[in-house]
Order: sequence, then C-alpha cells, then structure tokens
Amino acid sequence: MRRLTTWMMAAALLVVTSMARADLTIEITKGNDSATPIAIVPFENLTGGSLPQDLARIVSDDLARSGQFEPIKRDNLVALPGTTQDVFVNDWKRLGASYIVVGQVKSASNGGYSIQYELMDVLGNKRMLGEVITGSNGELRARGHYISDEVFEEITGIRGAFSTKIAYITANGVGDNIRFALYVADSDGHNSQEILASDEPIMSPAWSPDGKKLAYVSFESERPAIYVQELGSGRRAKLTGFRGINGAPAWSPDGRKLAMALSKDGQPEIYVMDIASRQFKRLTNNPAIDTEPDWLPDGSGMVFTSDRAGSPQIYRLDLSGGTERLTFTGNYNSRGRLTSDGETLFMINRSGNGYQVAKQDLKTGRVTSLTETQWDESPSIAPNGTMVIYATQQGTRGVLGEVSADGRAQFSLPSPQGDVREPAWSPYLN
Amino acid sequence: MQFTPYAKGLLVALSLSVMAGCSSSGGAQDGDMDSANSGANTAGMNSGANTSGNQMGDASMPNVRTIYFAFNKDTIRPEFESVLMGHAQYLKANTSANAVLEGHADERGTREYNLGLGERRAKSVARFLTVQGVSPSQIEIVSYGEERPAVQGHGESSYAKNRRVVFDY
Repeated sequence: MRRLTTWMMAAALLVVTSMARADLTIEITKGNDSATPIAIVPFENLTGGSLPQDLARIVSDDLARSGQFEPIKRDNLVALPGTTQDVFVNDWKRLGASYIVVGQVKSASNGGYSIQYELMDVLGNKRMLGEVITGSNGELRARGHYISDEVFEEITGIRGAFSTKIAYITANGVGDNIRFALYVADSDGHNSQEILASDEPIMSPAWSPDGKKLAYVSFESERPAIYVQELGSGRRAKLTGFRGINGAPAWSPDGRKLAMALSKDGQPEIYVMDIASRQFKRLTNNPAIDTEPDWLPDGSGMVFTSDRAGSPQIYRLDLSGGTERLTFTGNYNSRGRLTSDGETLFMINRSGNGYQVAKQDLKTGRVTSLTETQWDESPSIAPNGTMVIYATQQGTRGVLGEVSADGRAQFSLPSPQGDVREPAWSPYLN
Repeated sequence: MQFTPYAKGLLVALSLSVMAGCSSSGGAQDGDMDSANSGANTAGMNSGANTSGNQMGDASMPNVRTIYFAFNKDTIRPEFESVLMGHAQYLKANTSANAVLEGHADERGTREYNLGLGERRAKSVARFLTVQGVSPSQIEIVSYGEERPAVQGHGESSYAKNRRVVFDY
C-alpha cells in the first residue's frame, strides 16, 4: 500500500492470529421443494491411503446450501463410479437424479493430490464438465468449494460463490464480562479464524471490494472508532475516532472511499471519507438518525436508513444531490443492502411478528418477506445474489441464518457456544 | 465499560445521603470492592477528581446511576427527574468531575440504528443536566446501542431494563 507508513501494527493483545475457532455448522431449516436432484458420488480414492477431506461431502453440502439442488442421500446411491465412463445413466434416471458428479483422487508427485472431477447430465446422457486439478492437504476444502463453483455455474449459468468467506462477530459471556471477537471463516462456516478480540463491543464488519481488508467498529478504547485491517498481515489503521458515533462503515465499489455514520456534528449523519487523503464529505444534514449506508453498485450514491419521517425507512441519495425515499411497506425498514445489479433491496422489515429479512423489487416496489424468524438483523448478500446471510435468534442465542434470495430454502448456522451476529459475506476472492 | 471499581466502591461507601425518590432499579451500583473488573480497564475516568470533589462535601455522588426509557422514546420519565437533579447538583458542585453518559437500546431493530437511539437517550439526559446549569464540558456521551444489554432475554421485562442511560463517573 502506498500509505503503508500510516498503518500501525495492531496491539498484540487485541489482534490474535491464534487458532481460536468458532466454526459454524449448517442445519437445513426449510428445504426447497423444487430443488434439482443431483447425485454426488464419493470420489474414488486411488491414493492407497486415507484422505483428510471428503470432497464429495463438501460439494454435496455446498450445493444443498445453495437451495437450488437436492443432493441424493449417499445411502441411496445405486453405484459408486469414479468416472463418467462407468456411469450407467438408466440407473441414475431411475433414482431421479438430473445430474451426477463423479471424481477420482490420486497422489501427486509433489506430495499433494491430483483430483479429477466430472459432471454429467443424466437426462441428456451428456458429459458437461471434466477437469483435473491439484491441491495440497490444506487446500482440499478449497478445492471442494472450487468444484462446487464449477458445477453450480455449469448447470445454472450463475457464477458460484462457494469459494467466498464470511466475517462475523461472536459474543461470549454476560454483563460486563462479555468477550467480543471478529472472525473470518469459509462461507460454509469452516476454517474460522479469529481476527480481533476485545472486552468491548466490535460491530459492523465490512469487506473491501478486493476482499483483502475489513473495516469495522471497535469500542476497544472505550469509545467507538472505525478501523481498517489487512487480513493477510494483520496490520490495521484507525480511520476515525470522533466524539460520538463512529459507525456503519461501507466501502465504495472502487475501494477508495468509506461511507460511514458520524455524530460528531450532532446526530448521526452520513459522511464519505476518501481513504488516501483522509478528507471527509458530509452527505446528510437532518435532525434525524441517518445511518447504515450501502453504496449503489455504480458508486453514484447510496441507500441509507433514516427516521426523518418518524420511523426508520430506507432512502437513496445521489452524490450529485437529491434524496428519495424507497420503502413504504410497514413502519420499520432498515439496513438496506443492494444486489450487484442494483435492482433488489434486501433489508430488515418489521411486521406484526417481529423483524424479518425482506426484499423489495425496486422497479415494482413489491416487498416480500423471506424469513419466519422474529429477531432478524444484518442481512448480507452473497456476491452472486443467490443467498442472503443474516443474524437471528434461536431461543435467546444469536445464530446466523441463510435464506435463498427467493425465500424457498433456509438454513441455520449456530456456533458451538455464545452468540453469533453481524455476518458479512465477502466479495468473490478468485 | 470503564470502571474503577475500587474508587467507585469507596465513593459509594462515602456517600451518606441516599437520594429521595430513588426507585428500586438501582443501576450501576459498583460497590464491588474486589478487583475482578480492574484488568479490563487502564484509563480510569478521573477518579482523583471525583474523590477530591466528594471530600469537599458540596454534594455527594448519587448512587442511582441508571435511568430507564420507554420503547423508542428519549423523553425523561418524571420518576427519574429527581435522580437527574441529584447528578446535576453533584456535577455543579464538583466542576472537575466528569460524567460519561452511556446510552443503550433494547435488542429490537438493527444495530447501527440502535446506536442512534442510545445516543438520543444520552443526549436527552445531557440536555436535562445542562438546563440545570451543568457545564457541557463535564459531560460526554457514548452510545452502546444494543451491544451491552443489562439483562438477556426477549420480552418487555428485559427490554425495559435495557433501554437505559448509565452515568459513569
């Protein structure tokens, strides 16, 4: 980075690169009746030893989690072919599979693995995809997600987002003895790594568009401040520490600016900070609470939450001037997040039954509630727009939930302990 | 949270008068003399100034440090006015004392918006104090939104305890 000298090494006690884990496990809470049945056969192991990862399981779990596929249970598989040459399509047709994925794993000369996978259209009796890839022991999960991405895109035409990551906050303890931590994990909840821990609240993680940095709010100095941390090096910089609220950081699409909510001049207002020059520009001026900005995909403006009309609603402002209210359904709509085509707004909408993830078609204005849970927060959209991860509650525990963008499939990602909250889905990382 | 448990315990112990009209809700009664919390905190909030102020005897530090708010409201409820009057008198009599007003919200709604709600409540308290003649320079506001609930659990009985402003000297 050009401004490397302004980056500080994070305090050793606060930034932990230990192996502290808060892996999440995924449970299906609502299946999609119209999901496509697919057979994912355990990969044939030709290494002579045991494999540290079950690649077919990783692919199967990924595709199930997309909500668009229903992997056939392993016990019901009629054969275990390792290549498409060994696939007898009539067997798989009878089983109801529309597609089949097969693979073989061999030892590679460098001590790693050589993985061949193939995708076949059962109904069309046609091989669609085949590739040989390599990976070390530690790369096998990532290779599994890669295969999921390729299979998903080949069938749906939509780029897969299984090789992405999620950031989230955990809170353990009660009262004054809560330990807060910021984690980054694979999008399936595995390989969690602690990025920051503190006795004071950590909030609002936000990925830079290149996926290499996180902005977040930390109260570690007993006042809220916005930090930006490089994930690779652990180095970070404190960007703001004004009196009052320093909140809701949001990266511009080009990664050069950070929108945020600051109350240094009174009540919370939206500001944009040019990261290189540290110059601020105030965008709102209103006696209400203005917060939770999210940039328009083209960077020409943003959506944000404001209670200027009495209750929280979502507005759009253009950097060239002008503000327009977007939400009118219900008296509480907040924390809007736009899809990458800018056409759909995901948000938290209050109904008679609490706070749910909802989406609004910005052309028609139509609002659809996507969840049945009561205390939803913090929706974050997968980079391919097919899934939304959010925070909700099971009993009194904070857990993460995922819902397909059409609301048909829902999943829960509880942590083994404590509360999990404020998930942020990374951009594409490859 | 910024506590200097020992100093606070001392101050509570020294406080002879209990504010009339204090309701049961007690708030931050940090009389705990053990040092369980002290590791969490390095920069105490001017405990020296507080101690000297108290020793002057002009007004004792009120031991009710938490007041509560209605849902989505930042208005001071009448039953807490006497509590705030006590804090105003203390701050006016001890001009070197500083109070951090910690604003909190219940868990409903989104987190960043709730930071705004917590700040609104703390500002409402700050306005009350400055109208009574407290110098604005003695008051700082920090909103925690819904990040530090006083009690866990869903339902109005929990929510009511979490919608609060806490005085931290």
